[in-house]
Amino acid sequence: MSVKVKTLDDLTLPPPGADSPLSTQEYFINMGPQHPATHGVLRLLLRLDGENVREVIPVLGYIHRGIEKIGENSSYRQTIHLVDRLDYLSALMNNWVVSMVVERAAGIETNDRIEYIRTIMAELQRLQSHTLWWGVIGMDLGAFTPFLYGFRDREYATDIFEETIGARLTMNYIQPGGLMNDIHPNFVKRTKEFLEYLKPKIDEYDELVSGNAIIQKRLVNIGILSAEDAISFGTTGPVLRASGVPYDLRKIEPYGVYGKVEFDVAVGQAGDSWDRYIVRVMEMRESVKIIEQLIDNIPEGDYMTVKVAKAIKPPEGRYYGHLETARGVIGCFIVSDGKDKPYRFHLRTPNFNNLWCLTKIAKGWKIADLVAIASSLDIVIPDIDR
Amino acid sequence: MGIEQTAPAPGDSNSNFLLTTLDDVVSWARKNSLWPLTFGTSCCAIEMMMATGASRHDISRFGAEVVRATPRQADLLIVAGTIVKRMAPVLRRLYEQMAEPRYVIATGSCTISGGPFIYHSYTTLRGISDVVPVDVFVPGCPPRPEALFYGILTLQKLIQEEETIGKPGYRRKPVTAALPPNMSIDEIKEEMAKLLEQQAIVKDPLKGDSTEFMRGR
Repeated sequence: MSVKVKTLDDLTLPPPGADSPLSTQEYFINMGPQHPATHGVLRLLLRLDGENVREVIPVLGYIHRGIEKIGENSSYRQTIHLVDRLDYLSALMNNWVVSMVVERAAGIETNDRIEYIRTIMAELQRLQSHTLWWGVIGMDLGAFTPFLYGFRDREYATDIFEETIGARLTMNYIQPGGLMNDIHPNFVKRTKEFLEYLKPKIDEYDELVSGNAIIQKRLVNIGILSAEDAISFGTTGPVLRASGVPYDLRKIEPYGVYGKVEFDVAVGQAGDSWDRYIVRVMEMRESVKIIEQLIDNIPEGDYMTVKVAKAIKPPEGRYYGHLETARGVIGCFIVSDGKDKPYRFHLRTPNFNNLWCLTKIAKGWKIADLVAIASSLDIVIPDIDR
Repeated sequence: MGIEQTAPAPGDSNSNFLLTTLDDVVSWARKNSLWPLTFGTSCCAIEMMMATGASRHDISRFGAEVVRATPRQADLLIVAGTIVKRMAPVLRRLYEQMAEPRYVIATGSCTISGGPFIYHSYTTLRGISDVVPVDVFVPGCPPRPEALFYGILTLQKLIQEEETIGKPGYRRKPVTAALPPNMSIDEIKEEMAKLLEQQAIVKDPLKGDSTEFMRGR
């Protein structure tokens, strides 16, 4: 059986002036893989008519490192440090999803202390990720000041991580059966200080950027993603919630200790770039709320429930688990053949689907709007290519 | 070399000329006006953004803050992140598009040896020295902003001390940026090998042979 694969050579341009009153000519232009607004090495092939975007074709693979294949050749603990490097801004959540699936598969139990610390760490990471995104969207829209503000506040969270975990970015902290090490004695105190510091800063973000007329002109009613499209593209996370679908795994299938805390799911209405912006700012406030409820009540206990030296050998079978990262649902699928290495190690990453809705919503807008829309999707390229 | 110290004070008629070699002046100007290219592929890019643009660490103290988005305006390529086989030709083209003299700083384990993706990966380049000539390697996964600064300072030292106008961009052996003083690479390797044997014995449950496992089978 032979399948005709559609390649870039098959793309053709219509004759000049086919769909425009003016005599214009369409042309292709490459955006990336080296481009400051593509947040890494994403390559977008654009079919343009003047400045109007007619079609966006993402071309992937420029940072494909074969993490799934390496995972098949590594023991279950060794896969943890690999998934740090997928979506490096949600490293702890990536650690967590692998640990969650392995624990479920091998029947490893965790205690309350571990789950509390995991949840707090994940929410801190969400704050860290969203502050970075807030700075970067400002820079993509042409304002450099938010970048400085966002990175300033992000550094405080990074310091807290560094004290406990020892890493600033690639955490390698949550492992099957617990955590790599216990929290630092200063952790609770410094986290509280950070929250007290950050709360007025989020209001400052609103005053500085959200209410700005230029920002609103650049975001409101631009790149509208309807709820139907969002679901059919498989988008998750803030992108899906901005389109009005209140799908948040923290609420729907509570993992960790999310079942015990009260928080609201930030939901947008129109699904435009502005909603994606404001949903993330609202999520920052919710994360602060979640950490505040947990930080004083971390129970006593061990930070590890199994011996590290013991090889993990889940029984034969297929296991899947998913959770909510800062960008959407990450799923981990493991096929075990009873040995100490997975037979198949697959990751369903949120950014792949979130990127693909760009092909629909960027159509018809200007190139500058394409940059704003792509920035509002908050994509991380190594997460797409794996 | 001390141009700053020997420069004449304005209005001082006795010392309003300066003796130096052209090499020294040109290298001095060159080392303090490095324009980096924004080239980040993965995790190291965040730490590079932290170092070059953001608020806590200030790269402009070292004269390298004018970050350019096009290679034609840049003369320092900071390779931040993994380079895979598909990206390698792009990296080479970016390097060739830069105006001479051009310098390359490779940050992170991936650019040195493949880093965490050194085993079993079918796409990752095991070090970018196969594609572009590297002046300074900065180890770390990812390296802290301070490490990147140390790398830039090392490159400035190389430019000042080892370059001539006759051979702009001429470089000697690549150096490791974070090498402690009074210590050679071989000594570090020996010490690391000892440490590995003492502490990090990870038994491969399939083979039961620890040393072979550490060397990646």
